Amino acid sequence: METINITNKELHAQEHIDLHRYEDHEESFISKYVFSQDHKMIARQYLITAMVMAVIAMIMSIVFRLQLAWPGEKFAFINWIMGDKWGKDGILDPNAYLTLVTMHGTIMVFFLLTGGLSGTFSNLLIPYQIGARDMASPFINMLSYWFFFLSSLIMVISLFLPDGAAGPGWTVYPPLSALPEAMPGSGLGMDLWLVSMALFIASSLMGGLNYIVTILNYRTKGMKMTRLPLTIWAFLITAIIGLLSFPVLLSAALLLLSDRLLGTSFYLSDIYIGGRPLDYSGGSPILFEHLFWFLGHPEVYIVLVPALGITSEIIANVSRKPIFGYRAMIGSMLAIAFLSFIVWGHHMYVTGMNPFLGSVFVFTTLLIAIPSAVKAFNYLTTLWKGNIQYTPAALFSIGLVSSFVTGGVTGIILADSTLDITVHDTYFVVGHFHIVMGLSAIFGMFAGVYHWFPKLYLRMMNKKLGYLHFWLTFISAYGVFFPMHFLGLAGVPRRYYTNSEFPMFDALYDVNVVITISAIIGALAQLIFIFNFFYSMFRGPKAPQNPWKANGLEWTNPVANIHGNWPGELPVVHRWAYDYSKPGYEEDFVPQTVPLKEGELDGGGHH
Amino acid sequence: MSHTAHATVVDEKELWNGGVSPFNLSYGKIMMWFFLVSDALTFGGLLSAYGFMRHRFADVWPHAEHVFVHFPFVKGHIPLAYVGLMTFILIMSSVTMVLAVEAGQRKDKKGVIIWMLATIIGGLMFLGSQAWEWYNFIVGTEEGALRWVWNDDQGKYVQQIVHGANMTVNEYGIPQFANFFFFITGFHGFHVFSGVVLNIIIFTQVLNGVMEKRGHYEMVEKVGLYWHFVDLVWVFVFTFFYLL
Repeated sequence: METINITNKELHAQEHIDLHRYEDHEESFISKYVFSQDHKMIARQYLITAMVMAVIAMIMSIVFRLQLAWPGEKFAFINWIMGDKWGKDGILDPNAYLTLVTMHGTIMVFFLLTGGLSGTFSNLLIPYQIGARDMASPFINMLSYWFFFLSSLIMVISLFLPDGAAGPGWTVYPPLSALPEAMPGSGLGMDLWLVSMALFIASSLMGGLNYIVTILNYRTKGMKMTRLPLTIWAFLITAIIGLLSFPVLLSAALLLLSDRLLGTSFYLSDIYIGGRPLDYSGGSPILFEHLFWFLGHPEVYIVLVPALGITSEIIANVSRKPIFGYRAMIGSMLAIAFLSFIVWGHHMYVTGMNPFLGSVFVFTTLLIAIPSAVKAFNYLTTLWKGNIQYTPAALFSIGLVSSFVTGGVTGIILADSTLDITVHDTYFVVGHFHIVMGLSAIFGMFAGVYHWFPKLYLRMMNKKLGYLHFWLTFISAYGVFFPMHFLGLAGVPRRYYTNSEFPMFDALYDVNVVITISAIIGALAQLIFIFNFFYSMFRGPKAPQNPWKANGLEWTNPVANIHGNWPGELPVVHRWAYDYSKPGYEEDFVPQTVPLKEGELDGGGHH
Repeated sequence: MSHTAHATVVDEKELWNGGVSPFNLSYGKIMMWFFLVSDALTFGGLLSAYGFMRHRFADVWPHAEHVFVHFPFVKGHIPLAYVGLMTFILIMSSVTMVLAVEAGQRKDKKGVIIWMLATIIGGLMFLGSQAWEWYNFIVGTEEGALRWVWNDDQGKYVQQIVHGANMTVNEYGIPQFANFFFFITGFHGFHVFSGVVLNIIIFTQVLNGVMEKRGHYEMVEKVGLYWHFVDLVWVFVFTFFYLL
């Protein structure tokens, strides 16, 4: 047997932590709740911050949806909230509309679905599910949250600027985003947007480094990579995608800042204002699009992959069956992650791209359908003939499978450069990405909150309110985004202040009303969730040890917030996380800490 | 407190089985490696942008050997000699960093101090050289070059002699040449500057015996990784900007 000599500082560090760091001692309010270095507390901080941001972004969407359904109508509450600059007499101002669309997109994509989703569940589950005391560097983890907080704060503060927040769309294409004089939303609000994003990138870098290193170095004894729950694989892959794509957004943002503040011409070409040329020449906005979408596309998977990991775990658990194709699930996530870096051109088919290059991007984009289909079928085969326990988490997970397939199918249309040209920048695109990435990710996040609420707040959420929340959300979400495909096929452009200016769209007016009413119902449904969340946090029934009869390590420690997660020794792992309904066992689940019987195969294997 | 790393015998096949670091590296070092990968992509983004523009303006892009011809105390033109010297200084500072890390592994405090000091001096020399390079680039030549510049009074473009470079116009060629020069060498210079600051922090810790008390000089290795990375990036910047 080949052996190597290993001087293991790591084990040592772990023992060191055992002995000293987590001794029970009273902590001050500040170190426990504010500048906490405990992964569980940081997870909660991320979750609450993201929820606040999400509510802000959701209210924004209702405001601009009202404008789209009833253009020119007076809504007094618009003045109550933000005063006259958002619209005199309650009629939404066109510039405010652009700001709302921009900020809604920015907040939802980055602050809820990137920071909120990964920040909450990577922090909560990585140490719990791999059997670690905490993150590799609790201090950097704390910094990561506070950078996120600061970045959120700056983004929210920018709303109160005299000229309003950024307005060039969440993709901030130059020249609109590069010329402060272009429109009110290109002024100071745009600078703050860039500053906020720079902080966000720093936060995500610090978080991501921690996730990766903790998963590599701090798995407990016996936790092989092939025994990791799929959640952990998803978080690992997400962190790696983020680590490789966000720095490129940073370069793009820095060059943009330089064009704005220093007068360089990276993105700006010869532009005349009032007969006078600005001091720019030779730059290319296409360059920005390349840099932006090199992040932008992987970003889609930064948002989606954690949700896929969460639902893989939940679907196996609620079906009471091993996940179908564990290794295929890992392989398809890796394939999606790899492919996500070579498809960015499909956002740019109409930029004058060489049609041959376009067809290369069509090919790589369509390849993503393969691993995506593998995942969809694995979900279905796991659910197939399962003894499905319909918890709210189960419903949201199945909801994800639904939206992932629905949105994926329209993705095939958009991936094709010739088809994309006709629907580019229409509501078809809006409908597509909201379903495939927005809904899927938020369904995954809801599933995660319902499922791991007992680990977050040691109590159970109310099931009935959960069902109500799910059905209202699910139906209204389809009510919002499905009709958008018809608008898009008819040619209605996205981001326009009003669709009623063009007689050709008059016949589609009612569609906008349906969408807006669905959006309002969907928003009200979230109040049920928020009530359930906070009520259960304080008044919910106390969580039992293992409420879902699940196999993961996170259910083996006491139902308490213990600094260091396990009192005494760390658990030792003997099997994968998906031994549900295994022959030869009394119970229909076998926790990872149960040793293999003689001759029993790991990983659901058979002789 | 036992800080001495004790040797455990681990079967190579079991490295990934949990309970140990699969690469036999501390988390901090792995973190540094991943950080460098991430940072490399930031530079990758900038250099790709540079490549994009240079390809776009391939016909009119200035030749570096006609632009960077200064050398201190020397009259006349010596193309690229000065930047070659700068590069040599930075590479030498990487060599001294290797020696510092090696001394750290032998727990030779004096050696670490000497070689870290040499590295810091090398870094400062590079930064100073870069300042001089920027100075010459900005001031330009006495003769300058004719450029079309917008004249607000006449309301049209007029020809005018331009010396040196700023963000909007320069005597060497198109604005993007100077834009990318300032941005990329500036961004790299900022990295060198951060590296020097980090090196000084670790250097003072070594001086104060912090590492001696800790029992190992791993921090020196970590800042060493960063320093080599900054050096490596410069090799790319040098190649793309000056040589190609």
